[in-house]
Order: sequence, then structure tokens, then C-alpha cells
Amino acid sequence: MIKFFLMVNKQGQTRLSRYYEHVEINKRTMLEAEVIKNCLSRSKDQCSFIEYKDFKLVYRQYAALFVVVGIDQTENEMAVYELIHNFVEVLDKYFSRVSELDIMFNLDRVHIILDEMVLNGCIVETNRNRILAPLFVLDKVAES
Amino acid sequence: MPAVSKGDGMRGLAVFISDIRNCKSKEAEIKRINKELANIRSKFKGDKALDGYSKKKYVCKLLFIFLLGHDIDFGHMEAVNLLSSNRYTEKQIGYLFISVLVNSNSELIRLINNAIKNDLASRNPTFMGLALHCIANVGSREMAEAFAGEIPKILVAGDTMDSVKQSAALCLLRLYRTSPDLVPMGDWTSRVVHLLNDQHLGVVTAATSLITTLAQKNPEEFKTSVSLAVSRLSRIVTSASTDLQDYTYYFVPAPWLSVKLLRLLQCYPPPEDPAVRGRLTECLETILNKAQEPPKSKKVQHSNAKNAVLFEAISLIIHHDSEPNLLVRACNQLGQFLQHRETNLRYLALESMCTLASSEFSHEAVKTHIETVINALKTERDVSVRQRAVDLLYAMCDRSNAQQIVAEMLNYLETADYSIREEIVSYLCFPYFFHSWLWYHKYHLLIRMLHRTSPDLASSEVVSEEPADTVHDADELFHKFVCKNNGVLFENQLLQIGLKSEFRQNLGRMFIFYGNKTSTQFLNFTPTVICSDDLQSSLNLQTKPVDPTVDGGAQVQQVVNIECVSDFMEAPILNIQFRYGGTFQNLSVKLPITLNKFFQPTEMSSQDFFQRWKQLSNPKQEVQNIFKAKHPMDAEITKAKIIGFGSALLEEVDPNPANFVGAGIIHTKTTQIGCLLRLEPNLQAQMYRLTLRTSKEAVSQRLCELLSEQF
Repeated sequence: MIKFFLMVNKQGQTRLSRYYEHVEINKRTMLEAEVIKNCLSRSKDQCSFIEYKDFKLVYRQYAALFVVVGIDQTENEMAVYELIHNFVEVLDKYFSRVSELDIMFNLDRVHIILDEMVLNGCIVETNRNRILAPLFVLDKVAES
Repeated sequence: MPAVSKGDGMRGLAVFISDIRNCKSKEAEIKRINKELANIRSKFKGDKALDGYSKKKYVCKLLFIFLLGHDIDFGHMEAVNLLSSNRYTEKQIGYLFISVLVNSNSELIRLINNAIKNDLASRNPTFMGLALHCIANVGSREMAEAFAGEIPKILVAGDTMDSVKQSAALCLLRLYRTSPDLVPMGDWTSRVVHLLNDQHLGVVTAATSLITTLAQKNPEEFKTSVSLAVSRLSRIVTSASTDLQDYTYYFVPAPWLSVKLLRLLQCYPPPEDPAVRGRLTECLETILNKAQEPPKSKKVQHSNAKNAVLFEAISLIIHHDSEPNLLVRACNQLGQFLQHRETNLRYLALESMCTLASSEFSHEAVKTHIETVINALKTERDVSVRQRAVDLLYAMCDRSNAQQIVAEMLNYLETADYSIREEIVSYLCFPYFFHSWLWYHKYHLLIRMLHRTSPDLASSEVVSEEPADTVHDADELFHKFVCKNNGVLFENQLLQIGLKSEFRQNLGRMFIFYGNKTSTQFLNFTPTVICSDDLQSSLNLQTKPVDPTVDGGAQVQQVVNIECVSDFMEAPILNIQFRYGGTFQNLSVKLPITLNKFFQPTEMSSQDFFQRWKQLSNPKQEVQNIFKAKHPMDAEITKAKIIGFGSALLEEVDPNPANFVGAGIIHTKTTQIGCLLRLEPNLQAQMYRLTLRTSKEAVSQRLCELLSEQF
């Protein structure tokens, strides 16, 4: 299963965090700091899968943002690697070329998108249009 | 698109976020946040009742503050109130807050449950979806008690909307994981299997995740999913890229669903029905073929998605271990990846090949890549990749290449990372190498090197296992294996027996290595595993016979496949008979397959632990033992033994910090038995009190017995 889904920038500021197993809040900040430290020290020769404690981190960098997903041994690493990209593409579609600021100012919407894709640590929906459907409904209701 | 959010009117939130961003220091940020928290607190406490829109705005701000790393200790009530709003926007924020901030121990769960109940009954698919999402993400025991009966009905009802079905499936998965006793199998299971045929691929994805977990504990109930999964997978893999429309990702049809279906198939042995089996083989061949075809797109996403499916297919081929043709093809494909430019692929290939090495069909094929793997050990920049290379070298090692591999590992040891050193040393001390002249020659060099590099390693038990000629105390060696899986089981002047085992849930696999320490052949070498009648019904063991002739200085291997059907008290006996010179040898030794090998750790909070401890208060369920310590009472070693036993080590549960508390579940084919333990040391008296509580007296008895011997 997916244990957590994070977006952290190079300065170590968390822009999105979703935990699928309960983690105490003080442990979260520690985990996020360690995770970004691990990612920042990686070079191009190294693979995108970091063996961390008793699970794995799958990470992918987009400009100044790292998307880091913690997984256990039941997940396929490459599939999660592309899930990250799929997620970013959905964000791109909704925000028309998403930026870090978009994520910060629309955190609730980013959460909605993520929740459509991953539920209870399992990948549930990967179809871009279906993922964005509830948001389009929400936007329509908000306008009226 | 961002303009919409501001059109929503939440300008206050945007201003707040800007303020935070403009803070020049951490102190300034904290000051600004505290100011806002005070503001929100006063608004919530104020005389004027807040309207839904304001509540939503403030709850959203609290969410943002939480994300910045500040604990929020109020606002939960307001969020719960939002749940009962009829406005989707307000309800949505309430649910979001709860699923992010509320953990399953909150007192508000009862109120939340009420709101959820109303939304589930509302027949409004959007509201139902929100409620189901919440249960799926929070899933506490109380929620399970309230809703576990209803969710399966929603899932299989004909008039449920697709999106609701998706959420319901994962909701049920959550409830099953946290409270399996509240989700008994029933009529709904066969209907869930049929969801695999659903037109909506999102529903199929969710159903597959659910079935995969359920099938592991209830394989019989979900057996019929195998043929459906095979035909679904087959249809996906052979479809044109225009068929699946939005589920096609960079010209790869439904890659995530394909991976999930392949995972599901790994819960079962190869299909018995020849038609299904044939279709699956065809499907796997298609996936392997596609890997060799020129790519439909130059984009890296295309090859990644394609390879994700490929690796999972290879994983299935290895798991089935039954089609030599597929195994060899898989091995060749992995061999190609070993030299790929992309580090990700080299890493995954090394990892995958490691499991492939243990299959008798492909072991030889794997060995052909030895030079590439040794090269990886020397040249890879990523330590994780080097680690995989070490594992693979060990897995592919046998008499024909032991010398070469030992030499390489020793060379690497001199420059290796600290983290890898320990692993290499434990591999090197393994019986596989015992006869190698290189081992005897470099044994002393190894000790010297270890003393130089890390004194702790040198003093570890592993190194002190010298190839000795003495007969070890049989019981002592048996008990040594209760908390570990690898090492020497028996040794006398003629024969050395080593073990390597791995266990998962209620299954296990044990490799027994027999080494002929003499220079004369053993003839009619017959090792047999014997179980008493009682034991046979509880423990299912399958072995294959070994070569009856064992050359002097040689080693043979025997695999034992193990299935724990129900709890068991005795140990099987390994009886070995052979002719040496003119004499007839006959010896027996207890095989350390013990109940705790099927013990899986369970983490839990202090509250949960004591609740369950109280639930098991029937005198028959508790077994206690007070005994004298046999070994020095070192806390760190004790912790390691408890973990090695299979239990989770729960910190900060017992009010007395010197006590050790553990919890886990024994997995058998028929049932699972939850177990709790508590070990209280008395350093002055050099004694321990060990208490075991499980739902079955015999299990408490056996586990207490086994664990008492360890300290």
C-alpha cells in the first residue's frame, strides 16, 4: 500500500501531505525533513527508489518541487513512479500549467484531486476526466 | 482555473497565505499563525452563530496551518457541524478536515458517524461518495462497528453508481484491514468477484485491490476471481490503444489496472483449468513480446508504464515457477535490463533476478550473468543498487562459482559501506562457503579485517560460528532458531546441516543444506522429514528427495515448502540416514519450524493494547512463566529477540519503561490468533516474568514455552 504522499520544495517546505497510516504530527515533520534531505542528496546516477527504514521512497522532481511517495513491498515501484507523473499531469490540466503557488493557494482542490486518485493507500482512479469530474461540479456550484 | 477559487470569495484565505509567505523568519511565521489561530478561536466561541460560508473559510485556514506543521487542537467541532450542511462545498470541507486531522481515537467519532449515516442513506451519490471516502481514510473501530454491515450491500447493489461502488470497495478494504472480524464473508463475495467484469475500469481497479487483500486470508472464497482476472488482463493487453480511451496512458492500455490484476494473480498458484492457464501464458507472452517491439512513443512515460507492467508480469512468472519457457525468457529480459542506461531499470532488474535465482528452472540461466552483476558491484554509484547486486550474487552462488563470488565479496568488503558490510559478513559465514579453500584461507584475514573496521561486528554471534568438529547440544541449537532463520542446525565430524528459511503469513520455505565434511562419498543419503499424526494435520510439509550420493567436500540442498494449517505444538523431526565407508549412519534432529514463524507483528496504541489485554482476561487465555535468566539481561538484545520472535515491540505502552510489551497475529490457514505478550525483567534477582495472552490456551502455552527459552 501507499503509506504517504508528499510534495516538498527544495527549501524543505511541505506543500502537500497525505498520510494513509496514522503518524503523530511531530513524527510527520521529522519524516518530511528526513525525506527531503534524502532526495536532495541524490544524483542523476542514482535510481528514483530510495530504501528507507523498512519501506521505500519513490520520488520525482518537477522544477523546485519533489513529489515523494512512501510505499511498502506490495506496490510496484515503476507503477507508482508513473502515478506521480499522472497526478502532476492532472494538476497541469486543471490549473493550466500548475505552479507551486497554485498548489499553495488551492490546497483543498489539490487534496480533492489526490483523494480521487488514491484512497486508503490504494490507486483507485487514473482516468484524468473522471478524476476532475467532482471538481468541475464543485466549481459550477461555487459559481452559482 | 485559480481565479475560480478567488471567485469563491475566500479572499481572506489568499491574504493569509500571502502573509505567511512574506514572513522573513520562522518566529514571524509562528507569530502570524498564532494571531490567526486566536482570531479563529474567538470567532468560533463568539455569540453570533457563524454561517456555513464563514465556517468553511476558517476550517480551510486551519487545514492550511496544520499543513505547515502546527498541531490544531480546536475546530474539530465546527468541522463536524459542516458535515450536516446541505451545501456540497461546505460538506466537502468538513469531510476533508476530518479525514486529514482526525485520527481514529477521537471522541467526535460518534458525531461523525451520525453525519456519515445520514449521507449514506441520502441516496445522493455525491454525498454518499464523501461519506465513503471518509470511512475509507479514517476507518476506526467504531466506524467499522457502525457501517461494516452496510458497505457490502452498497457495493453489490445493482443501482449503485459507479463512482460510489469505487469508494465502497476501498472503504470495505479499510474496514477489513482494521477490523476483519466485523467483515465476515457472505453472499456478497461472489458478487464482488463479478465486479472484475464491470465496464467501468475504475470500479475494476478498486475491486481488484479489495479482492487481492481478501483473497490472502480467504483464498477459497475468491478462487473464481482467477479466471475473470485472466480474461480481463488478456482483453486489456491485446486491446488497440484506441479501445480504452481515457485509461490509456502514453499508448499503454490501463497500466495500473494491469499491474493490479497481475498482483491479484500472485495470490494463487497457476490456474488448474488448462484453458485459463493457456490464456494466461499467452497473455504473459504478449507482454514479454511487447517489450522487444520498437516503442510507440519516445517519451519516457511510455516506456516506464510499459515496464511497470512487464516487471509485474515477470514477478508472476517467478511466483508460479512452472513454465520453463517463460522463466528463461523473463531471465533474458532482465539480463538485458541489467545493462540498461537507466539506473531505475538496472535496480529493478537486479531485485527481480534475485527471486528468479531460487527457481530450479532458471537458476542456471541466472548464473550466466555473473560478470555483469560483479561489475555492478564495482561500478554502480547508488548504494541501493549495489545492495541488490550483493543479494543477487549470494542468491546465484553455488559450488561452481562460490570461489569467485567469495573472492569478489571479500574484495568489496574492504571498501564497502558500513550498512552493507554486516550483510556480506553474514552471507560469508553461511555453510555454502564452508568447504571452499578460499574460506579457510581467508577466514583469519576476515577476522582481522573486521576487528580493524568495526569491533562490534567482530563480536557478533555470526563470526564466532567456527567450523568446529564438536557436537553441539541439540536443544540449544533448536532454540537458537526460534528467533532467527539462518545458520547451522547441526554438526558432527561427518556432516554439517545448515538452514535458511523465510516465512510469510501462514506459508514458509526452508532450504536445508547438507555438507559432507569428509573426503569420502556418502551413499544412499536419505533425509526425511517426519511429523507425528497430530502434527501432520496442523502443519503441511512438502519436500523433494535429494541426490542419494554426496561427494566428499560437497554440499546438497533440499527445499521444504511449509504451510501452517492450524496451530501446532510439536516440531517435525529431520531424520538422516546414509552409508559412510563401511558404516551405517542414522541421526535425527528437531527441525525448527515453530509456531512463532507464522507470527506477524501488529503495531497498536497503548489504548488498544490495554483494551485487548482486558478482553483476553479469561484464565484459560493467559499463560505465565517465571524463570531465571540464562543469558545476560541486556535490554537491546532482549528487544531484538522479541522482534526476531515475530512480535511487534510496542514502545511507551507499559507504564514501567523497563518492561517489554509486544503484539502480533499468528497466521494459520484456518484462523488467525491475536497474541499479546509482556516481559518483566527483575535485574536484581536475574529473573523474568513472561505473560502471554491469546484467545487459545494451547497457543499461549506454546508461545510462552518457546519465548521463555530465549532469555
